[in-house]
Amino acid sequence: MFGLSARDTRFLLIVIALTLLTPILLQPFPEGSSLAQFNAGYPDLMQKFAIFGIFAIGFNILFGLTGYLSFGHAAFLGVGSYTVVWMYKLLGYNVLPGLLLSVVISAAFALLIGFISLRRSGIYFSILTLAFAQMSYNLAYSVLTPITNGETGLQVYASDPQILAGSGAPTSPHLFGLVMRNSAQVDLGGWVFTFNVGYYFCAVMAILAFYISLRIFRSPFGMMLRAIKTNQTRMNYTGLNSRPYTLAAFVISGMYAGLAGGLLAAMDPLAGAERMQWTASGEVVLMTILGGAGTLMGPVLGAGFIKYFENIFSKINDGILHGWFAFLPDGLEDFIVACFHPFVGKGWHLTLGILFMLVVIFLPGGLVEGMQRIWRLVRRRKSGGPKRKDPEHRPTAAPHMAE
Amino acid sequence: MGILEVKGVNKRFGGLQALGDVNLSVAENTVHAIIGPNGAGKSTLLNCLVGKLIPDTGSVMFDGQSVLGRKPHEINQLGISRVFQTPEIFGDLTVLENVLIPCFAKRDGAFRMHAFETVAHERDIVARAEQMLDDVNMLDKAGMQASSLSRGDKRRLEMAMCLVQEPKLLLLDEPTAGMARADTNNTIDLLKDIKATRNITMAIIEHDMHVVFSLADRITVLAQGTPLVEDVPEKIKGHPKVQEAYLGQAH
Repeated sequence: MFGLSARDTRFLLIVIALTLLTPILLQPFPEGSSLAQFNAGYPDLMQKFAIFGIFAIGFNILFGLTGYLSFGHAAFLGVGSYTVVWMYKLLGYNVLPGLLLSVVISAAFALLIGFISLRRSGIYFSILTLAFAQMSYNLAYSVLTPITNGETGLQVYASDPQILAGSGAPTSPHLFGLVMRNSAQVDLGGWVFTFNVGYYFCAVMAILAFYISLRIFRSPFGMMLRAIKTNQTRMNYTGLNSRPYTLAAFVISGMYAGLAGGLLAAMDPLAGAERMQWTASGEVVLMTILGGAGTLMGPVLGAGFIKYFENIFSKINDGILHGWFAFLPDGLEDFIVACFHPFVGKGWHLTLGILFMLVVIFLPGGLVEGMQRIWRLVRRRKSGGPKRKDPEHRPTAAPHMAE
Repeated sequence: MGILEVKGVNKRFGGLQALGDVNLSVAENTVHAIIGPNGAGKSTLLNCLVGKLIPDTGSVMFDGQSVLGRKPHEINQLGISRVFQTPEIFGDLTVLENVLIPCFAKRDGAFRMHAFETVAHERDIVARAEQMLDDVNMLDKAGMQASSLSRGDKRRLEMAMCLVQEPKLLLLDEPTAGMARADTNNTIDLLKDIKATRNITMAIIEHDMHVVFSLADRITVLAQGTPLVEDVPEKIKGHPKVQEAYLGQAH
């Protein structure tokens, strides 16, 4: 089906099912229980899972398949966001024109930056992309203020033309009247599930993005990209020109980033220069490596992991810790809380850093490799008990490598 | 007139005359060996043929076209395939994929944006690659990762990758260098087999004289950047100039 092998079709269907069921899967704890704070099924976070999933899928085509480590992909994220907000200002709050244009403009941008940066490879390529991204960031902050609105960030004002907006049109981002921030809440005996229009829009985009990346992985083009990663000398002496292949990979990943940036602005009609900063570029590198570079599902997983940490782990403060350990004697309780303190709340970066180091050292294939190992263990002692459950109910994928 | 014509090629690296007035003609459907002691300029000559180096003077004509100033991939598209001293293969890819890539390169040229097709659906190309692997007795290893092959098998695979393109000229750079005796014999057998079953023109650069005697139709002996003699193997063996070059009496 869809031009895929039976195995890939099954894989895609699992991904689609998991994506569509995310609002339920990420809400495993009943409302009001002490574990409810680990629920991630609220619209803002789910949208981020999908959007940064798209960003990482695209980045993986360049880094995971082709082996070129770009440190400047956040520039395309920013370009996408600015484009969408400009379309709001000029045309109206329908997200479609903006998203289409954000992909086109980020492609043009990527073509230019890629054409120059790809003259070098390895660390020099990384530095060139980093330089371009920082240049864009600083330009957005200073010289380009008429376009980017500088530090304030670009937003829609009442005085903007919005020539396509009719009198009854929604006053926030929408797709032909489907308002992105609208949600339906379903209360099922203590469990509250939020089905958000914006999330489902992002989810459909993410599924499309994933499908395209799956096709690229299985295509001769994808095979050429992997060939470039392993041996460019042989590539050239086999009669293949590696430059247009790497440039195409760069532009495709730039378009993914542009779409992701556009979707960020489609969920929240704002665009700021900080979206282009190098930390944002570094984040997508972390996501891809953490999940498993070069694997289909890894980057999405990595994106989910990092966003989960950023939003959930960071909310655990000392008060909550005291609540957990209240059953202990006072002195011991304080001691335990002090032990945990550096790793939660504002210290979530520390936990993430340790996790990242552990993954890089023990699981060079990322979380996907970890899951494959668990899967193999489970299969080996097949009779031994039920399948191990992921305690956080992340949208998990069947173990499935690029090969 | 041969398929490869090298005329008056000179190449200097600083004060070192690496190649001095090299003339060479490789006739179609023959195996031509270029031998010589270390530092004779064999690799420099080869690099001039594949676009890695550009000679200072002289011309290199292949099949009626000059190869000078062309990039390696363009020269390959003209019909020259190259086997390296240490096998250059796509280590992270499977053995079958390694052979598929030259098939695509042959059919689609130096670049094609075939991002929405599926490799498995290209039945002709897959069949051709599998046939090639069968020819070199590697079909049973088609699914293996190429980097896990033995040295001899890597060489065999690299040869298959070159042959599947049906090159007009196959260049081999010391194909048995650094190999164990068994692998060397294996490779020589493979080359003999290729010569017997295919109409192919081969140019072999080799340090070890004995490797090429059973294989070559003609041998050129290179010493200090200049061709000493060119003849059939039987005559080369006892040639006084060759013995001089190899035993180092010139010094």
